[in-house]
Amino acid sequence: MERLPSWIRQHLAALRAVLVLTAVLGVAYPLATTGVAQALFDENPGLIGQSFTDADGNPVAKYFQSRPSAAGYDMLATAASNLGPEDVVDTPDRTSLLTQVCARSVAVGRLESVSGARPYCTSDGVGAVLKVFPALGKPTRAVSVNQACPARPFVATYQGVAVECGKPGEDYAAGRTVPIRGGATAVVPADAVTASGSGLDPHISVAYAELQAPRVARERGLPVDQVNTLIEQHTTGRPLGFMGEPGVNVLELNTALDKG
Amino acid sequence: MGWTFILSLVVALAVVYKPLGDFMHRVYTGGRHNAVERVTYRLLGVRPDTEQRWSAYARSLLAFSVVSILFVYALQRLQDKLWLSLGFPPVTDHIAWNTAISFVTNTNWQAYSGENTMSHLTQMAALAVQNFVSAAVGMAVAIALVRGFARRGSDTIGNFWVDLVRGSLRVLLPIAFVGALVLVAGGVVQNFAGPHDITTLTGNVQHVTGGPVASQEVIKELGTNGGGFYNTNSAHPYENPSAWTNWFEIFLILLIPIALTRTFGRMVGQLRQGYAILAVMGVIAIASVVLTNVFELAGDATVPQAVGAAMEGKDVRFGVANSATFAAATTLTSTGAVNSFHDSFTPFGGMMTLFNMMLGEVAPGGVGAGLYGMLILAVITVFVAGLMVGRTPEYLGKKIGSREIKLASLYFLVTPALVLIGTAVAMGNEAGLAAMLNSGPHGFSEILYAFTSASNNNGSAFGGVTVNTPWYDVALGLCMALGRFLPIIFVLALAGSLARQTPVPESAGTLPTHRPQFVGLVVGVTIVLVALTFLPALALGPIAEGLF
Repeated sequence: MERLPSWIRQHLAALRAVLVLTAVLGVAYPLATTGVAQALFDENPGLIGQSFTDADGNPVAKYFQSRPSAAGYDMLATAASNLGPEDVVDTPDRTSLLTQVCARSVAVGRLESVSGARPYCTSDGVGAVLKVFPALGKPTRAVSVNQACPARPFVATYQGVAVECGKPGEDYAAGRTVPIRGGATAVVPADAVTASGSGLDPHISVAYAELQAPRVARERGLPVDQVNTLIEQHTTGRPLGFMGEPGVNVLELNTALDKG
Repeated sequence: MGWTFILSLVVALAVVYKPLGDFMHRVYTGGRHNAVERVTYRLLGVRPDTEQRWSAYARSLLAFSVVSILFVYALQRLQDKLWLSLGFPPVTDHIAWNTAISFVTNTNWQAYSGENTMSHLTQMAALAVQNFVSAAVGMAVAIALVRGFARRGSDTIGNFWVDLVRGSLRVLLPIAFVGALVLVAGGVVQNFAGPHDITTLTGNVQHVTGGPVASQEVIKELGTNGGGFYNTNSAHPYENPSAWTNWFEIFLILLIPIALTRTFGRMVGQLRQGYAILAVMGVIAIASVVLTNVFELAGDATVPQAVGAAMEGKDVRFGVANSATFAAATTLTSTGAVNSFHDSFTPFGGMMTLFNMMLGEVAPGGVGAGLYGMLILAVITVFVAGLMVGRTPEYLGKKIGSREIKLASLYFLVTPALVLIGTAVAMGNEAGLAAMLNSGPHGFSEILYAFTSASNNNGSAFGGVTVNTPWYDVALGLCMALGRFLPIIFVLALAGSLARQTPVPESAGTLPTHRPQFVGLVVGVTIVLVALTFLPALALGPIAEGLF
C-alpha cells in the first residue's frame, strides 16, 4: 500500500471510504430506522388522496370530491401542473391554466347548484382574455382568443373596437395580452379550482367541504346537519394553532359516510 | 398565523444554536478518535493523525467525489440486477450521469421521477448515502477554511478523511436517526413496499407505492440536499404528511448552516465574529422569507386573482404562507426540496426563489457551503472597505493580499458565469428552447431557473421545464460539477494561504468585523454584487412577467 504512487493510494482510500460509508449509511442506517419505526409506530392509511369518480372520470355524487390533480391521484406518476401565474392564452396543444381554472369553476358550480362564475372567466368557462392589436398604442383590433368561433365574445367592444371570436390556428402572438377581470365574485373556493402540488392532496378546505355538504346529504338521504358534523370530525385543525391551514380529509370523510 | 410560524422557527433555531454549534466545534477540533472511527480509518487505509496541506486535502476530496460519482452511476445502471429492484430497468445513461453528479455535488437536481425510476436500493444505498457524505464534504471545506483563519504559520489545514468521517458519523447520523423517527411519528412512511394497486371507494384502481422514505427524507433536509424520494418531493403526503412535519423539515434545513456560525466563532476564538456572520445571514434570510410571504399572499397575477389565492401547486394542509416560507428556506440554503411548485408561484414570489439562489446561497446557505460562501463575501467586503480608506485589508488578523483576493474573486465569478453563459447557450439553440412548458417571459424564467439552480447546487426547479433530455442532462451536469468543485478548490487554496500567515496585530486602521457597521457592509456588498450581476436576466423573466 505504502509503495503505491500517492494518486493511486488516494483513489483506493476513496473507494474504500465509499464502500464503508455505504455499508453504514446506506444499509445499516435505513434498516435500523425501519426496524425501530415499525416497532414503535403504525402507518396512517388516510394520507394519500383519491379521486371519487366513476370509470369515465365523472364525479360520483354521493361522495365528497377531492381537489383537481395533475397526476390523477396516481402515486406512480406524482406531479403538479407547473403552469405559470400568467398562463392565460389557450393554444391548439394546451389549455391555459386560466381556462382550466374557469372550466373547473363552472363544473363545480353545476355539480353543487351554485354560481361557477369567477373573475377573469367567461360565463362559458374559459379565460376572459383579449389579444389587442397593435401591441402598443390605440387598439384597432381585439380578439377574445380563448373563445373559438362561432362563440359570442364575452364583451362586445374593447375601447371602441368590436371584439372578434378566436380563429383556431391563427397566430395572435404579436398582440398584447389583456385579461379582463369582469364583475364576478367567486363562490367556488380556491382549492376546488387549482391542482395541488403533490397531485395526491388528501385534504380540501373547510369551505369546499361545506359547499359539497348539501349535495352529499341529498344523495344519501341524510340531514345536512349530520353531514356537517362528520365534516367537523374529519377536519384537521392547525397544529399548535398556527401551523398550516385547516383541511378536511376527504377519504376519511367519505369512508365514514359509507359506514353510516 | 404565517408570521407566528416564522417566529417559532427563529425561536427554535435560537434554542439549539449554542449546543449544536459548540458540539460541532468539539467534533472538528477534538483529538480523540472513537472506536468506530478507528476501525473506519483502518479500513480506509488512512492515517488520521497526519495533517494535509491544502493541495492534498483537495486531492483527497476530489478523489472521493470522483469515485462517488462512478459508484452512484454504476448502482443506477445495474439496479435491475440488484436487490429491491422493484422490476425497474436500469436508469438511462444520460439521466444516470446527471443524477450521479447531482447527488455527489449536494445539488440533488432530479431529471427523473423517483417513484417510477429508482429502485429502493438505489435510493438508499446510492442517493441517500450521498445525501450524508456530500453534506459532510461541504462541512469539511467550511471547517478547513475556518482553520485557515484560526491557525498561525501552519502548512496544513486538517485531514479530509477525518473531517468526512466525523461529519458523517458524529454530526449527521445521530440527528438523522432521531429526526427520521420524529418524521415517522408524523406519518412519513418507512417500509420496503413496491408498487401495487388498491381499489378506491368508487371501485377504481389506484397505483400506490412505499419505500424507505423517512430515513432519506430527514437527511434530505438536514444535509440541505433536496432530492425527493418521490417526484413531488416534500409536497408528497408520504414525505411531508402534515403542517407540523412541514415545520420540522424547514427547521432541519436551517439547523446546521445556522449553527455552523457558532462553530466558526469558537474556532477563531471570538464568538462575536460568529454572531456577526450570523447577523448577516439572518438579516438577508428574514427579509427574503417575509418578502416571499408578502408576494404569495398578495397573489398579484391574473390566475391567482381569478382563483382568489395563489393555490395552484400548493397543498391544503400547508396553505399559501407556509408554502412560501418553505420555498424561501429551500432556496436560501442549497436544499432545493419543495413543498409547493415554484413554477406556479406569483411572478415576484417566484423571483424571490431565484434571487435567493443568485445570492450564492449564503443566507444561511448549504451545510458548510453557506458558511464558506459567506466568509468569501466577508473577505470581499473587507477588501472593498480597505479600498475606501486606503489600507491593506485584513480579516480576523489575516492580511487579504493579492493572492487571497484573487481566489475570493474567482470563487465569486464561477457561478454567475455558469448561470449566464448556460442560459444564453440554452436560449440560443433548439434543444435548449424545447424544454420550456410555459411561453413568454415565464418560459425564459424556467431556463434561467434551471441553470441558476444547477450552478448553485440547489436542485429545485421551475418544474415545467423538460430536462430529462441528453442535452440538458449533460449541460446541467457540467454546471453542477463546475459549480461545486471549482469554488471548493478556490476555498481550499485560500484556506492554505491564510493558514500559512502569522496574524498581524490589530491597529487603529483595522476595520472591526463584529459590529453592526460591518454586518451592514456585508449585506450591502452581497446584494449589490448580485443585483449588478443578475438584474438584466431577472428583468427579462420574472420582472417582465410581474409588471406587464
